[in-house]
Amino acid sequence: MTATAVPEAETGPDAFADALLAARLCAVDPAGLGGMILRGGGDMRDPVLDMLRACMPADAPERRLPGHIDEDRLLGGIDLTATLARGGVVMRRGLLAEADGGRVVIPMAERLPDHIVAHLAATLDSGTVRAARDGVMLEAPARLLLVAFDDGVEAEERVSDTLAERLAFHIRLDALSNDRRHRLDGDPISPPLLRLQDIEPPGDDVLTALVATAGMLGIESARAPIFALRAARASAVLAGRRTIGEADVMAAARLVLGPRATRLPAPPQADAPDETPDPPPSSGDAPPDSDGDDQSAPMPMEDVVLEAVMAHLPPDVLARIADGRSRQRAVNRARGAGERRKSAARGRPVGARAGVPGNGLRLSLIDTLRAAAPWQKLRGGQIGRVQVRRDDLRIRRFETRAEAVTIFAVDASGSSAVARLAEAKGAVERLLADAYVKRAQVALVAFRGTGADVLLPPTRSLTRARRSLGDLPGGGGTPLAAGLHAAHDVAQAARARGRSPFIVVLTDGRANVARDGAMVQAVAQADAETAARIIGASAIPSAFVDISPRPRREGAELAAMMGARYLPLPRGDAAAMHAAVVAVQKP
Amino acid sequence: MKMSFPFSAIVGQDEMKLALLIAAVDARIGGVMVFGDRGTGKSTAVRALAGLLPPIPVVAGCRYNCPPGSENACPAPEAHRPGKAVMPVPFVDLPLGATEDRVVGALDLERALGHGEKAFEPGLLARAHRGFLYIDEVNLLEDHIVDLLLDVAASGENVVEREGLSVRHGARFVLVGSGNPEEGELRPQLLDRFGLSVEVRTPQDLAQRIEILKRCDAFERGPESFVESWRKAERKTLKKIGRGKDMLPAVTVPDEILSLASRLCIAVGADGLRGELTLMRASRALAALDGDATVAPSHLRHVAPLALRHRLRRNVLDETGSTARIDRAMAELIPA
Repeated sequence: MTATAVPEAETGPDAFADALLAARLCAVDPAGLGGMILRGGGDMRDPVLDMLRACMPADAPERRLPGHIDEDRLLGGIDLTATLARGGVVMRRGLLAEADGGRVVIPMAERLPDHIVAHLAATLDSGTVRAARDGVMLEAPARLLLVAFDDGVEAEERVSDTLAERLAFHIRLDALSNDRRHRLDGDPISPPLLRLQDIEPPGDDVLTALVATAGMLGIESARAPIFALRAARASAVLAGRRTIGEADVMAAARLVLGPRATRLPAPPQADAPDETPDPPPSSGDAPPDSDGDDQSAPMPMEDVVLEAVMAHLPPDVLARIADGRSRQRAVNRARGAGERRKSAARGRPVGARAGVPGNGLRLSLIDTLRAAAPWQKLRGGQIGRVQVRRDDLRIRRFETRAEAVTIFAVDASGSSAVARLAEAKGAVERLLADAYVKRAQVALVAFRGTGADVLLPPTRSLTRARRSLGDLPGGGGTPLAAGLHAAHDVAQAARARGRSPFIVVLTDGRANVARDGAMVQAVAQADAETAARIIGASAIPSAFVDISPRPRREGAELAAMMGARYLPLPRGDAAAMHAAVVAVQKP
Repeated sequence: MKMSFPFSAIVGQDEMKLALLIAAVDARIGGVMVFGDRGTGKSTAVRALAGLLPPIPVVAGCRYNCPPGSENACPAPEAHRPGKAVMPVPFVDLPLGATEDRVVGALDLERALGHGEKAFEPGLLARAHRGFLYIDEVNLLEDHIVDLLLDVAASGENVVEREGLSVRHGARFVLVGSGNPEEGELRPQLLDRFGLSVEVRTPQDLAQRIEILKRCDAFERGPESFVESWRKAERKTLKKIGRGKDMLPAVTVPDEILSLASRLCIAVGADGLRGELTLMRASRALAALDGDATVAPSHLRHVAPLALRHRLRRNVLDETGSTARIDRAMAELIPA
C-alpha cells in the first residue's frame, strides 16, 4: 500500500460518510467516545451536527463555546448582581454544566487558549466540572460530547494534542470538494435496537486486532485502543449485532486509529524499511497463530484491519508520516488578544485596587466587602443586606513578570565553517539551559541555502529545543537578510504577547543570498542592512556575535544598524560565547 | 461515588506503583512527581491507591479531618460532636486554575455577608489532610501555588494569615504531581522539592497492551464485578502497606548504607542534601514494605532512580538520560 493508492476523489465522499458514521457512533456512546474533531469542511459540518441532533435525545442541550469565553462563564461562578442584591452568595451555572448530557460545539477549536483546553480535558476525564477559585468551590456533573470544528489551514494549526487525545474521532473534511452539496438522506434515522450493555464482551481476536494495529501504526497512547474498542462496540449496536464483528473492528480502526498513525507499518516480510529504527512492536510479541502458518491459515484479523486502515489513511497523514513530521506538535498560532488578556488577569495576585470589574478585570469580592463594611451603618444597612456602592468595588491586581524570549538566529551556511556551527550550537545549548532555569523562553531561527526557517517557535521545553537543534544541518549560502527578518518577526510576535524579546544573531556577517533568493553579493548585503535597520528601528534589544575567523567591518556595521552589542569571537569556544551573550543580556 | 479502578489491576507501571506505595508507607518522603505521556494511566494509578487505603478514624463533625485525640490542635473544635467517625482517605484533585484563597482557605463569604461574622472557611489543604493531593499537569499551575503546596507538604501544617484571620491547621498529605515534559519543563528548584519522581511510558509489549485494554473494558462494563474480582489482590496490597507502616520505625539503616547513599549522590552530581535524605527514607520505606528489618544495598539500588533522577544537574550537551547515569554510577558502587 503506497501513499498514492488513495485518490483524492475517492477520499472525499468517504470522509463525509465517515463523519456521519462517527456522529452516529458518538450518539450511541457519548460518554465513552468524547466527541469528534471535524477539520475543514465548511457547510458540510452542518449535516454532521444535524445527524448528532437526530440521534441524541431530543432534550439534549447544545452549547456553542466561543474561544474567548472566560472561566467564570465556562465553569460557573458567583453571580455578582444577585449576590449583592441578596446579601448571600448566589451561584451561576457555567456553560459546561449547562451542557450536561448534551453537546458542546467549539468553532475554531484550533485557536482555543491553553487554559480552556485544560479545563475541557479535565471535564472530559471526570465527567464533572470542578472549580476552586475566587471564593467558589463547585462541582457539577458535565457529561459532554464535544464537537470541535478545526479551521486550521497549516499542518501545525490544529486542535491541541491535549484535547485531540481525548476525542475519539478526527475526521478531515477539508479534502472534500465544496461544490457538492452534502446533505442527509430523507430517511429518518431509526433508533438502534440494542443498547451498549447488550453487546457481548470482546473476544481476544478483537482486542489483539485493535492493539496490534495501534502498535503497527506507531500509536503510543493507551487511550487510542480503548476508544477504538468503544467505537467497535457502538458500531455493533448500530448494526444490531450482539457480538463485535470484523466489520465493526474495521470501521473503528479506520475512524479512530487511522488518523492517529505516526508511522507506516513495515511491509510483511521482503524489503525491510530503511529508516525505521525500532522494529514494529508486533513482531516479537504477536500470538503464535499470527506468525508461523501464514500461508495456509486465513489472514489474522489484525492484518485485515490494518489493510482497511491503510486504504483509508487520509493523504495528509501519509504525507506527514513520510516527512517524519508526525512528532511535530500543534502550534497555537492564534494567541494574540487572548494571551494578552490572560497576562492581565492571571499571575501572582498583588492585592486589589478600586475599579469596576469586567472586560477581563476580576472583582475581588472580599476586598470589596471590606471596603463597604465601615459604611454600612451610615447607609442604613441591616444584617443580611450589605449595601455596596460603585465606589466600593475592588478589582484584583496581578503581577506578571514579562517573560523573556531569547531568539537565536543561527547562521548555518557553508561559510560559517562546520566547527563554528558546532560552537554556536554549544553556546545556544548553554543558553537554553540557563533559560530553562529562569523559565524564560527560547526560539531558534536558522538560515542557510536560500532562506530562513523558524526551527523552534518560542518554547520553554528543553526537550524540544534540543531536538530541533540537533537536527540543524549546515551548508549552502548565507541568506542573512532572510534570517534577520525571520528573527524580527518572531520577536515582534513575542512582543505582541507581552513578552520581552532579545535577539542573538550568530553569523560571520557575510551575506551572499538576497531576500529573493538571488546569489548576488551586493544585493544580499544591502538586503541584510535593511533587515538590520528594521530590527534597530523596532528597538528590539539584540546581540551580534561575529563568528568569522577574522572579523571584518561588515559585522560591526550590521551590528550598529541593528543597535546590537557587537561581540567578535574569532576563537571563541562555546563557553566564551555563552559568557559573552549572558553578559550582554544583563541590563 | 464513582468506583475507582483497583490498584492491583494496573498493568505494568511498576515504578509508579512502587513510588506510590513508598509514599503511602512514609508520607514524609515529600511527594511524588510523575512524568509521562498522555494516556499512560497516571491519574488512574493515584486515584486507585487512594481508593485502596482503609478509611481513617476522625473526630465527628470536624472539617479539618482531625484524628481522634488531637482535638486541641483543631482550629474549630466547636464543630466537633461527641463520638467517633470514619471517612475514606481523602483524595483531593486540585482543579485547574485554583486560586490561592481556595487552596489555603479564606474568609467565609456566606457568613461574612449574611451575619457579619468573621469566620474561616477551610480550603483544599484542609480537605487533603491525611490523604492525597493530586495535581494534574503541574506545569499549568501558577508557580506561587506550587511553591505554596510544596511548603505546606513539607511542614505538614497550613498557616493562614490573611483577611484578618489567623488560623493554623494540620495539612499532612502526599503530594502527587503529574506532568508531560513536552509541555514545558518545571523549574529545577521546584522539581528538587518533590521526593520521588517516576517516568511512565505506555508498555510496548503487545500482550501487556492487550491486557490493559481487556481490563479497562471489563471495568467499564461492570465496575462492581471487576472490583470484586480484584478484592483479594487489593487486600494483599493493603496488608503490605499496613505492615510496612507498622515496621517503618523499627527498620535500621546501617552506616555503610548511609555512606553508599552519599557516595552515590556525589558520583551522579545530585545537588543538595535532599537527595541523600530522600534516598535514605525511600530505602527504609522499601525495606519496610518488603518486611526486612535492615536496609540492604539492594533496597537502595531499587529506589535510587526514583529518588535522584530529577535532582541531577542537567547537562544539555549530554544526551544520556538521568536514569542511565544513575544506573552507571550504581553499577560502579554496588557490586551486583
